[in-house]
Parts: sequence; C-alpha cells; structure tokens
Amino acid sequence: MGMIGQHLLNGLMQGTIYGLVAMGFTIFFGVMNVIKFSHGDVLTLGAFGGLVAVWAANALGLSVPLQFIVALCVAMALTAVVGAGISHFLIMPLRNAPPLNMLLMTMMVGTAIREAIRLFFPNGTNPQRFPELLPAGGFNIGPSFFRTDAIILIIAGAASIGAVYWIINHSKFGLAMRAVAEDTETARVMGINFGRIIPLTFALGSITAGFAGMIYALYYSEINYSMGLLLAVIGFTAAIVGGLGNIWGAIIGGYLFAGLQTFVVAAMPSMSDYKNVFAFVLIIVLITWRPTGLLAERGSERV
Amino acid sequence: MGTISKRGLAALAVASVLPLAFGSFSAAFAKDKVKIAFVGPLTGAISPHGIGGRNSAELAVKLMNAEPSTKYEYELVVLDDECKPNVGVQVVTKIASDRSIIAAIPHYCSATAIATVDIFNRFKMPMVVWAAVLPEITYAKKYPEVHRVSGILIGQNRIGAQFMKARGYKKFVSFADSTDYGKSMNKYFTQFTLENGNEILGSFSVPPDQQDLSAELTKIKELNPEVIYFGGLTPLGARLRTQMAKFGINAQLEGNSGIMGDAFVNAAGPELAEGTLTFFDSPPLSKMPGGKMFSDAYKAAGYSEPPEAYGPFAYVATRLVMETIEKVGPDRAKVTTDLGDVKDRPSIVGPVTFDDHGQNITPLTTSYVVQDGKWVVWEESEYVSGKRKLKNLP
Repeated sequence: MGMIGQHLLNGLMQGTIYGLVAMGFTIFFGVMNVIKFSHGDVLTLGAFGGLVAVWAANALGLSVPLQFIVALCVAMALTAVVGAGISHFLIMPLRNAPPLNMLLMTMMVGTAIREAIRLFFPNGTNPQRFPELLPAGGFNIGPSFFRTDAIILIIAGAASIGAVYWIINHSKFGLAMRAVAEDTETARVMGINFGRIIPLTFALGSITAGFAGMIYALYYSEINYSMGLLLAVIGFTAAIVGGLGNIWGAIIGGYLFAGLQTFVVAAMPSMSDYKNVFAFVLIIVLITWRPTGLLAERGSERV
Repeated sequence: MGTISKRGLAALAVASVLPLAFGSFSAAFAKDKVKIAFVGPLTGAISPHGIGGRNSAELAVKLMNAEPSTKYEYELVVLDDECKPNVGVQVVTKIASDRSIIAAIPHYCSATAIATVDIFNRFKMPMVVWAAVLPEITYAKKYPEVHRVSGILIGQNRIGAQFMKARGYKKFVSFADSTDYGKSMNKYFTQFTLENGNEILGSFSVPPDQQDLSAELTKIKELNPEVIYFGGLTPLGARLRTQMAKFGINAQLEGNSGIMGDAFVNAAGPELAEGTLTFFDSPPLSKMPGGKMFSDAYKAAGYSEPPEAYGPFAYVATRLVMETIEKVGPDRAKVTTDLGDVKDRPSIVGPVTFDDHGQNITPLTTSYVVQDGKWVVWEESEYVSGKRKLKNLP
C-alpha cells in the first residue's frame, strides 16, 4: 500500500464534491423541511453555464485566469438565480402541501432541467470537453503524485464549505435563516422578511451546487447532461448519513462515502466495478444503526 | 364499429379494387418501394460512429436508387438505439414487427446487438450487422437471419498480442468496460497475451459511463505496467487517456476497434492521442478496392460528419441487403436464404464471404497508430522508421 497518500488525495477530492452537494440538501431541509431533488441538475446547469462562459471569454480573447474567474462567477450566478427562482415560484406556493407533492415537484423540475440541457445545448447528448483552466502537472511525494489542480480544487472546496458555515453561523442573514428554521411564525413576528430569506437560502444552497459543478468540470475536464443524477443520489445519501439538517454531518457523510468507494478500489482492484454497491450497502447498515444520522440535527424534537 | 354506412362500405370496396385495376399501369411509371431499416447510436456519447454509419447507409441507398436498372426504389428507415440494450430491443421489436420492412442493418454497440439477435430470429427478419464485433452475436447461436460484415474481436486481439510481443513489451494492465463487449475484449486479450508469454499485472473493469477513474489509475500507477490495454468504446477510452495524463502515467496505450475513428482523437486531443495503438479489422479507406469511390461519393453527398471507421462497412451491409432484394424480391424468407449463400461477393471493403454462422471471414486486421492527429497504418508511420518512438519501449 505504497500509494496510500494518493488514495487519500483521490478520496479527499471526491469527498469535497460530495460534501458540497450534501451541504445543499441539508440547508434546504434544515430551513424549509424540503428535500430538493433537482439539486443535482442545478449542479449540471452550473457546469454547463460555466462552459458557455469559458467559450464566450475565450472568444473575447481573455486570458486563462480571467476565463476561469468569469466561468466561476457565471456558474454561481446562474445556479443562484435558478435556485431562488425554484423556491420563489414553486416551493413557496407549495409549502403547505404534503411533503410528497414537494418531493415529486422538485424531481420533475430536475428532469425538466436535465432534458432541457440535453435537447437545447448543441450536441447536448454527448459528453462535452471542459477546457483545462488550472495549471497542469504536479509533483511526486514518494510514490504518490499530487496534481496541482486537485490541490487547488480541494482547498477551494474546503474554503467554500468554511465560507458557507460562516455565513450561516456568523452573518446577519445566517441568523435570520436560523430563526426561520427554528420557528417560522415567531421569526416573522420578530420582523424577519420571510419572503426574502427563503429564496436567498435557496440561492445559497444552489451556489454550493454551482461551485461543486465547476470543481467537477475542472477536475475531470468533461461534463455531460446526466452527471448530476448520481451526484444527487450520493449527496443526498451523504446528508442522510450525516444527519439531515446538520452541516457538519453532511460534510462528514460526503467524505465517508468517498472514503468507502476509494477503499474498495484500493483494497480489491478487481472489485472496482462494485464500488458503488459496496458503499451503498455499508450506508444502509449505517442508517439502520443510526436512523437520525451520525450527527442528529440539533433541536430535532421539532415536529 | 358497426356504424359504417352503406356508402362508406361502397367507397371502401372501390378503394380496394382500384389499385388492382391500375397496379399494372403504375408499375410502368414508378418502381415499387421497398423499406429497409438502419439501426445505430444516433444520440449519446457513441453518436459520432452511429451518424457516420447512418450517412454511409443513406449514401448506399441514394446511389442504388440512382441506378436506372434496379427493380425497386429503396427507402431507409433510420432508428436510434442510443447504444443501450433496452432501447435497442424496443426499436428492433418495432421494425421487426412491421412487415413492410424487409431487412435491417443494425448496431454499432455489441452490448446492444447481443440483446437483439433473438428478436430478429423470432420475427424472421434478415439482418446484416454493420459494426458490432462481439463473437457471440453470430457464434452463440446459429440463427439463419443473422449475418455480419464486420469482423470479430478475436482476430484483433490475437494480432495485437503478437504485435506487442514483437515490440518487446512484457508487463500489461487490462482496463475494460464492464459490458459483454468489454468482458469479451478482456478475455481474448488475456488469453493471447499469456499465450505470448507476457505478464498481466492487473485487470480492471468499470461501467462505461464512470467518470472518475482516479482510484483505478492510482492502483495502475502502483503496478507500473509498460502497457495499458483498453477494451471499450471511444468515450471511456478518451477519458482514460485524459486522466492517465493527469496522473502522470506514462504507459503505452493499446486499444482496439472500439476506439478506432476520428472521434477518439477529437475527444482526447491530438497531443494525448499521439502514439496510441489500435488493431482494427480493415485496411484504411484508401487501400480498399472501392475506397476512393466511397470517399468521393461521401464528400459529394455533402455530409458534414466523417464516416468514421465503420462507415464503409455500413455502406457494404446496406448495399448487400439491397442487392439481395434485387435478386430474390422483397421477401424476408427468400432474402434470409440468399444471404446465407454470400461467397466472394465483391464490395468496397473487399470480397465478402459468410461462413455457416453468417459471419464475414474476410476482414484483414491492420495495425494503426495515431500520428499528428490521424490514424496511420503502422507500417507507413514514422514509428517504424524510428523517427518517433512508442512509450516505454524496452
């Protein structure tokens, strides 16, 4: 096992993407008790928005670092607007409907986004090559090879997780968000603008998806219209395992899932085809053992 | 029902008698229409190959219809199998149960073809596979309806293993997709590589749509092979090549017919594709008997997509089906019987001969290498003259 450092790095990279996706699920559930299944497709939309932005920036003759910044801003802005739009036009009007309706509705929105990308993006059914905007190459430590871009992306991912945590726990907006999550009625009586906080919360959660989409695109240099599907399932699973509604739980869940997948391939290379089966089976065991997740949501007595 | 008026009945009767009366006249003006079906992956990651095949089949029909001596006018029904077995089963059931369609030219993807051969047999619809190379498609069962102009993947793996031994390579890793196709590729690669006394350090199998290969590649890096053998189709192959580079793995890539074509070079980029080897059951278009005619006609037809590696085979399969219908008439059973007797039939890829399983036994396996973004026959490349070198040569 001379490559343990390498496997660790691979796991960290995937865990960061999973954790970011899981965080979005947890934010939506924590504040609105909504399981938003379109989350993965919003991620895909962000990545495709980023790709179009790179093309445009390239056509305008911008330098590579500028292309990178433009793509990131477009991906995040696009997902923020779509997330806020979904919450304002679809989730808010349905907030008193049975949770099953909400679940169904978000699944359909996701399908609509996915199919729209497939049909309206030029050659949308084919995988699209995403330009390499980060410095290529890397360095060896012992037998392990550290990709420069992977290290940048892991640091950026961790920083964005930290930033979201800070916004939720230390900013005025975060305070309002937590107040709405705790008790909507009281929060409204206290003068919190409910109609504005909810779309903003969804925008925040969706920005993390846009960010994760860009990390994915930059790391693999390839995106396709259905990439959000499996990511959403894994992200949602990670959020559940960690404890839906708990930010740290989601992040731990994300890294745990990536760790399980990586472990299977590292320990039993011939079984690499079964890595998702193996990871999901272990997750089922974990959920049976701790139904409320590894870290249960604080104040989960709320009914 | 039950409400058809007398006048309606009379109209129906007249309508059914009229064609009988005037049928003989109309034959003098226009030829009878005969429908044949083309099936291939027109959407999805494999679509460049499917579209190249579709264009080539269409070209065959156009050229045939332009010949004044033909008895029938052909119409090509085009269907998309998305390279998915379940979709393939749906569309093949659709054409097979439509009696107006006489024969089919189906499938690029082996995993799809192996799922539909039973349907062709059940509905007694003759077909000629244009590209899938899994041996079991023709050899698993003896269906009279099933024929194939493309080769089988056993030969390319045999020649590939001999080629790699001749270069002096000794340590291999196999990386294949987890479909029947990838498994079969891996099986014959393993068999022939071991027969040649070489060593396989590890075998990996991943689903064709898996994005993240980092765990597998980390393990491969640890095994440190001289050659990575790839048994799969273009999208996964291009992904493997891209991610190999990102991990700093400097092994020689050995492919096969699944990555043959411009699509692989476009997806991986010419720099990364450089030096990739492939063993494909056909000489280049320029060396085929009708290669020049085909590429000129293809260009003249104004298709914007390249025919890809199997376009000429789609052309040959379509042409063969139409020639048979010309000979025996638009009748499924007769076409099936006559296709069984195809022997030394001239075609643009060389003579076609079907064995008792309907398998064309004439394809010539040729070694190719990517040089400056183009697939070049090994013997004519700068790699032979020593101007360029394969990776990791001992």
